[in-house]
Amino acid sequence: MNAVTDTLVLAKRSLLRIRRQPDLLVGFTVQPVMFVLLFVYVFGGAIETPGLEYADFLIPGIIVQSMVFGGFVTALGLADDLKKGLMDRFRSLPMSRSAVLTGRTLADVFSNVVQLVVMIGVGLLVGFSFKTGVLEIVAGILLLLLIGYAFSWVFAFIGLTASSAEAANAFGFTVLFPMTFVSSAFVPVESMPSWLEVVAENNPFTKMVNAARALFLDTPAGNDVWLAVLWSLAIVAVFAPLSAWRYRRAIRR
Amino acid sequence: MPESPAVETHGLSKHYGDVHALRDVDLRAETGSVFGLLGPNGAGKTTAVRILTTLLQPDGGTARVAGFDVVKQAAQVRERIGLAGQYAAVDENLSGFENLEMVGRLYHLGPRASRERSRELLEDFQLAADGDRLVGTYSGGMRRRLDLAAALVARPPLLFLDEPTTGLDLRSRLGLWEAIEQLVAEGTTVVLTTQYLDEADRLAERIAVIDQGRVIAEGTPRELKEQIGGDRLEVQLCPGADGEAAVSALAGVADGRPELVDGLVRVPLRERSGAITAAVRRLDEAGVRIDDIALREPTLDDVFLQLTGHHVEQDDEPAER
Repeated sequence: MNAVTDTLVLAKRSLLRIRRQPDLLVGFTVQPVMFVLLFVYVFGGAIETPGLEYADFLIPGIIVQSMVFGGFVTALGLADDLKKGLMDRFRSLPMSRSAVLTGRTLADVFSNVVQLVVMIGVGLLVGFSFKTGVLEIVAGILLLLLIGYAFSWVFAFIGLTASSAEAANAFGFTVLFPMTFVSSAFVPVESMPSWLEVVAENNPFTKMVNAARALFLDTPAGNDVWLAVLWSLAIVAVFAPLSAWRYRRAIRR
Repeated sequence: MPESPAVETHGLSKHYGDVHALRDVDLRAETGSVFGLLGPNGAGKTTAVRILTTLLQPDGGTARVAGFDVVKQAAQVRERIGLAGQYAAVDENLSGFENLEMVGRLYHLGPRASRERSRELLEDFQLAADGDRLVGTYSGGMRRRLDLAAALVARPPLLFLDEPTTGLDLRSRLGLWEAIEQLVAEGTTVVLTTQYLDEADRLAERIAVIDQGRVIAEGTPRELKEQIGGDRLEVQLCPGADGEAAVSALAGVADGRPELVDGLVRVPLRERSGAITAAVRRLDEAGVRIDDIALREPTLDDVFLQLTGHHVEQDDEPAER
C-alpha cells in the first residue's frame, strides 16, 4: 500500500528532523518537567487534594497536558513546509495525498513516547507512584498516546491554517493552554467558583485527566475512561478531514 | 499515434479576488522541446506553472499536460512531471542524500533504487562530496542544484522549472544552464519560466512573452529579437559635441535611424561584429568627441517597451504567489 509507505517515509523524515534539531524536543519536554517541579514544590503545599498526595494528583494531569501539546511539533513543521515551498514539492509528487499529514502525526506518537517516559521518570522522582496493576497502567499509557495523537490532528489543522509558525504558536498558547488549566489537571475542580466548576467539569481535558488518574491511581473512574476515548476519537474524526481539506487547498505563503 | 503536446492550454484563466493572474492564456509546447515563459515579476508565470503542475486549479479554460487534463487526471500528470523552482524546495534539516532518497521513496521507486538513484544524481550535480551534509549548510547554488536533482529522481519526461536561476550568481547560473542543456540533450522536455531574456534565449526553442496575465507575443528567440530590433550600439557624446553630426555619421552603420536623447545616441544594428570599430572611425572623421561607446543586447525591458509601449513594472503582485 502506497499510503502506508508514504506515511512511513514522511514519519522518518520528521523524526530525522527531531534528531537534527534536538532543541525542539528538549523545549517541549523541559517545559512540562519545569511545571512538575513548580507545581509540586511551589504550589503543591497550598493545594488541597483530598485522598491523594499532590504529586500523585498532579502527574497524570500534567502528562495529559504534555501529550496535548506534543503535537505542536506538527503545527510548526507544517507551517514551515508551507513557507519553504516543500509542500509544493509534495503536492506535485504522485504520492498519497494524506501522507504528509499522517506521516507527521505518526512521528508525533514516537516523540510523545519519549515525552511520556521522561514525564513518568520525573514523576517517580518527585513522589508519584502507580496504585494500579500492569494492565491498567498499560491501558493508561495507550490512552495518553491516543489523546496525544488526537491533538496532533488539531495542531495539523492549526499549522495549515495559521498564517505563520509564530501565529500557530500564539494560537496554541492563548487558546489551548488556558483550556488545560480550567480542568482537573492541576487543582480539584470543586475548589473553583461554581460557574467555572461547571465549565471545568465538562471540559474534555477533565475527562481525560480523570481517566488517566483512574487508570494510574485507582480513583473512581465513572464513565471518564470511555468518555476520554470517545472525545479523542471524535477529535480525530473532526480534525483529520478538516486538515486534509486545508492541505489540498494549501498555498505557499 | 502522434505524440500529444507536452503542454496545451486553451483560454486558461485564474484570478485572485480582483487580480487577474491569467487571462485567456493559450499555450502549446511540443514534446522534446524547451518552452520558455518570459515575463516580469507578477506577470502570471508562476501561476501558470502552478496550474500545469496540479498545485492550483484554474478558474476557467483547460490545460493538458502530457496529454492528461490537469484537473480531472491530476494523478496521471503528477506521475509524468518534475518540478523545480526559485524556492529550492528542499528540507534543510535533512542531508542532500536524505532529501533525494525521500523523494525517490515518494515516487515509489523502492528503497534500493531510491538510494542508488540518489547517489547517481549527487554525482551528476557535483554534490557527491556534500551528500551527507545537512542542506541547511549548502550555498544557494548547491540548493538549486539539489532542487533540480530532486525533480529528476523519477526521470520524468517533462520538467517544469520555475525561474531556475533567479537570485543566483553568474557562475551558478552557468552551471545550472549546462545541467539543463544536458537534460534536454538526453530527451527531457522542459517548460521554464524566467524574467531574463538571455536565459530564455539560451535555453528555449520557443518563447511566450507574458505580461499582466496575457500572452503578448510568441515565437522563437530569433523571431522575437527581430521583432524588437536585435542588438544596438549606445554612444555617449562628450558635453558640447555636435549631436546631429554624430547621428549622420552613425547612420552608415545603423539598421534604421539612430536616435539621439540627452547626448546619448542609440544605433540599431544589423551586424554587431565590426560595429564599434566602424562607428568610432566615422565619428572620428566627423570630428565628434565621444565619452563612451558600448554594444547592448536587447533586454526584457526592451522587449516590453516594444511590445507593450511600457517598461517592465517592478512591483511584486500578490498574483505571483
